[in-house]
Amino acid sequence: MSARASINERRDRALRIALPIVVLALGLAIWELVVRIENIPPYVLPAPGLILRTLVTDWALLAHSLLVTLITTFEGFLLAAAGGVGLAVLFNQSRLVEYSLYPFAVILQVTPIVAVAPLLLIYLPQHAAVLVCAWIVAFFPVLANATLGLHSVDRNLADLFALYGASRAATLWRLKLPSALPYILGGLRIAGGLSLIGAVVAEIAAGSAGAGSGLAYRIAESGYRLNIPRMFAALLLLSVAGIVIFYLLTLINYMALRRWHESALDPSAR
Amino acid sequence: MPQATAIPSAPLVALRGVGKAFPNGTQALAGLDLEVRSGEFVTLLGPSGCGKSTALRLIAGLSEPSAGAVEWSHATDASQGESRIGFVFQEPTLMPWASVFDNVMLPLKLKGALAATTAERVETVLGRVGLAAFRHSYPRELSGGMRMRVSIARALVTEPQLLLMDEPFAALDEITRFKLNDDLLRMWQALRTTLVFVTHSVFESVYLSSRVVVMAACPGRVSSEVAIDTPYPRDRNFRTSADYAAYCRGASEALAQAMAAGGEP
Repeated sequence: MSARASINERRDRALRIALPIVVLALGLAIWELVVRIENIPPYVLPAPGLILRTLVTDWALLAHSLLVTLITTFEGFLLAAAGGVGLAVLFNQSRLVEYSLYPFAVILQVTPIVAVAPLLLIYLPQHAAVLVCAWIVAFFPVLANATLGLHSVDRNLADLFALYGASRAATLWRLKLPSALPYILGGLRIAGGLSLIGAVVAEIAAGSAGAGSGLAYRIAESGYRLNIPRMFAALLLLSVAGIVIFYLLTLINYMALRRWHESALDPSAR
Repeated sequence: MPQATAIPSAPLVALRGVGKAFPNGTQALAGLDLEVRSGEFVTLLGPSGCGKSTALRLIAGLSEPSAGAVEWSHATDASQGESRIGFVFQEPTLMPWASVFDNVMLPLKLKGALAATTAERVETVLGRVGLAAFRHSYPRELSGGMRMRVSIARALVTEPQLLLMDEPFAALDEITRFKLNDDLLRMWQALRTTLVFVTHSVFESVYLSSRVVVMAACPGRVSSEVAIDTPYPRDRNFRTSADYAAYCRGASEALAQAMAAGGEP
């Protein structure tokens, strides 16, 4: 009974991994075939094989651009994490600060970053502008989640801390921040992907000014030169970067919470 | 020889004419008089909504009375009084991110106790509740009864003069509850502390306490008192004795009267 259940479960897991791979392989094969049979020129639609070859031949150029974009993303992410959590703590400690600043955080969030980026590029040096873009897009989910988490403290535990005369700092450090950790990590998981988007948006905006060297700049530049295979190769790298960032943050989330939080428990251990 | 009830002593803490109204207009308590003497095991028994928990929170200083006063004996001034209180909530109320050891150590950490002695004190109290082997476990990994033991250990680690317990065993199964009742009595006697215990179970109140204070609802006040003179230590034999049955009948009648006298919630 349970042996059969575990076999079923294993088959289910194998299918989950195998099926998307099969679909991907089929899609690529059809794409390759259509390009070859119809004789579509590479500047209209390059075949997957050509994109892969471009990735290899242009690797030196693309790897450098990837590194530039990843560093921007990482810096933007760190700023977003620090800024989001820091602001949330500040809001939590002082209602007046929260009332004064929260609306502006919302305004930053709802104004489309694509529209803001060109302005930033006018007033800031390019690297700073790209960073600010990544930060603006990524900090809000951290702020919103951390604020929610800091307010979601078990009331009895808060009473207990009051009973033992805990200081504000002790309550924040030993009660509020740990309570908020699952929420903060959830916010960071969203922020990781968003800071990549912010970096790309800013690079594209800067790309027309012609002074960048990140992956998004490569895409814009290759577009002007009708080097479509390189555009695809750069795009492929961007999406792989996004996937890796997401899974890294998921892993950190799991490592931090696996001992105690419901969200990270192994369902079979119950 | 009854240990606690026979010694008449000055009240450790007294509620005098205490009233509590909440901002939403609910009058939770009115004219509540209650004296808790040193070394006593007092149970507050009453229907839900009679303000038992509110009274406990007032004693703990977690909220302020809107009328009357909470007076501590001169031996414990107010600031010291606070540090002399242990509180056990209805739920175990543990920090899920901290191990059993760290949970129990929390009150000492918050009080800034010396690091050299804290570990030892935590070990001692964990041994007392029978959880020494689980010091590195997380609350999540323990059963409901064990979690409640951790909660009790945390309340005891500061060696409080007064231990307040708010329906701590209400969510546990009967077997676990009986076991914890016995363990609690043993600890209470060993530590010679004073205990105020809130419950809505007549049987639990009679089994545990030296004095049952029956409360009426709407607004919450003391309706009557039943002294349980059976000497400690009490055990299973007491649970099945004629004395126990008689006390339970008495307490049930007092409770029925209190409920008849109380307003509709």
